[in-house]
Amino acid sequence: MKTLFDKIWDSHVVSTIEDGPSALYIDCHLIHEVTSPQAFAGIEKRGVSVFHSDRTFATPDHNVPTIDQHIPIKDALSKFQVDKLTENCENHGIECYGLNHPYQGIVHVVGPQLGLTQPGMTIVCGDSHTSTHGAFGAIAFGIGTSEVEMVLASQCIMQPKPKKMRITVNGNLADGVTAKDLILYIISKVTASGGTGYFVEYAGSAFENLSMEGRMTVCNMSIEMGARGGLIAPDQTTFDYIRNREKAPQGADFDQAVEKWSELKTDEGATFDKELVFDAHDIEPMITFGTNPGMGTNVNGQIPILSTIDSSEKESFKKSIDYMGFSDGDQLIGKSIDYVFVGSCTNGRIEDLREVAEFVKGRKKADSITAWIVPGSKQVEKQAEEEGIVEILEEAGFKLRQPGCSACLAMNDDKVPKGKYAISTSNRNFEGRQGPGSRTLLASPLTAAAVAVSGKIIDPREVAKL
Amino acid sequence: MALEKFTTITSTAVPVPIENVDTDQIIPARFLKATTRDGFGENLFRDWRYDESGREVSNFPLNDPRYSGQILIGGKNFGCGSSREHAAWAVHDYGFKVVVSSFFADIFRNNCLNNSVLPIQVSKEFADKIFASIAVDSNAIFSANLSDQTFTIEGTNESTKFDISSYKKECLQNGYDDIDYLVSIKDKVEAFESTRA
Ligand code: SF4
Repeated sequence: MKTLFDKIWDSHVVSTIEDGPSALYIDCHLIHEVTSPQAFAGIEKRGVSVFHSDRTFATPDHNVPTIDQHIPIKDALSKFQVDKLTENCENHGIECYGLNHPYQGIVHVVGPQLGLTQPGMTIVCGDSHTSTHGAFGAIAFGIGTSEVEMVLASQCIMQPKPKKMRITVNGNLADGVTAKDLILYIISKVTASGGTGYFVEYAGSAFENLSMEGRMTVCNMSIEMGARGGLIAPDQTTFDYIRNREKAPQGADFDQAVEKWSELKTDEGATFDKELVFDAHDIEPMITFGTNPGMGTNVNGQIPILSTIDSSEKESFKKSIDYMGFSDGDQLIGKSIDYVFVGSCTNGRIEDLREVAEFVKGRKKADSITAWIVPGSKQVEKQAEEEGIVEILEEAGFKLRQPGCSACLAMNDDKVPKGKYAISTSNRNFEGRQGPGSRTLLASPLTAAAVAVSGKIIDPREVAKL
Repeated sequence: MALEKFTTITSTAVPVPIENVDTDQIIPARFLKATTRDGFGENLFRDWRYDESGREVSNFPLNDPRYSGQILIGGKNFGCGSSREHAAWAVHDYGFKVVVSSFFADIFRNNCLNNSVLPIQVSKEFADKIFASIAVDSNAIFSANLSDQTFTIEGTNESTKFDISSYKKECLQNGYDDIDYLVSIKDKVEAFESTRA
């Protein structure tokens, strides 16, 4: 009896060192401009060539501007890094979706939408949110640059096998409660470090009823509880999503693949090192108030009172809410917000934009809000244009920018100024994540849209009622 | 490519007793635009070390003249967040050879091991003892002995064992790296591939 994770892991082990890691075979390797240049330099210095250039795919995302992508990047260092990616890919025969390519985008949005991401695969990328791809029933996790070099050189990495955790959420999410709220709720319960050492399987009807995009949002944030990754057993929803995607098997090959993929589930009676069970009915729209993604509460809740915090954590809790300019016991509803960011590999997909558009249709952006709405990829951008989302947004006072990671990590110009508050659909609220001194509150695209309209923290269900 | 060989490190230590230190704090994203591995030490803990006008924040431990050494003592859940190896490069480039914490994030721990920095996980109680001994004497000496897998507060009886896989230990001691190993088993990888086609 095996878990889904065991089945995929065990079938990818090339060899195992006694009391050490295994050489794990990697089916699909994604790279971007920031964590790959030193890896290419490394293999070149060793005189080793790329072992399987057809298993690596590249796109620049972290560093790219989100306006005027048709002209050369102004920031010299960013330009150098993006050019270096193109050059390295050309030199080593790797497919690269560069700026202005119709497939360019955030690497974790690009992989699934091209059909590169498939059930049963091992997928790595020099980026911690590689866990996103676990939504398809794949083992997908982030790696460091030395490991990127390993994959380029040998199509393998050295990895100790993680422990296994299953998180089951039964029941259905209520109206106005989204996949983002579900994962923020889980992280608030498990804490930012509670998943360390584990690979998570998400099970139960709350996940089964999600679309693929919702499942990606969930798996994306597995790393925010410290887990290496998270995965969900593939089902009809998964297969329907993959069908006809460019890099997926086609025709009879697809049917054959589905037959194989259908076996990818945890056997009844297989055991996990840890099991957690939650009830979907307990989940409401969530928001974070601190400087790690575990510091979250339902949007109508309050910041915990200092005296209720475990003594060993008091100091860091205090440091965190001081940074945010909050006090313990504060109510979050009604607090003024300056920036709204909708985008990132967590919530920069077409369904997210649809949700925002649907909400803001017929409403207006609050004057006090600066909003950045950034599609996750060129394909998402195109779809948003075709579906009329761009116009709806414009009528409501928003503008769709061009694809990239943008304010998720603020490596480009999209930086939230010091001391300003941002509601962000991304995945990290660390100090300075969205620009030095910026203050980030994580929430769903729906909550972000409601805040963009009202200028204040608000329960999206309240606005919808108006 | 041979890495630096790790030997016993005996040194004073720099305490950063903050929990959940994420790699965005260790090296903020805006400094990730370099295409080499060098020079990141300058921006280690940049936004805690310097204010916005570039002046040193005097009470941050790295700026405190009382603290120095090759050992960094961090709070619980050290190195969480982004997988950027630049964080390990920054720690190494600044001059640290050992990082001690009561709890490490997985990817950061791996990244350290791949860059000749030894991550030592100790119990919460032992971490408290380390912080306490630095509070009493900022020149307190510690020693990280890889072959015995012990971390010792010198001049006291306080010593603790730490875990490391024997493979990684050997790699560190001999300066081997995983890439050499993986390239050397290429025939095994090819044999593996032929079984799945
Ligand atoms: S959107 Fe944010 S989290 Fe996702 S890959 Fe880009 S920087 Fe990383």
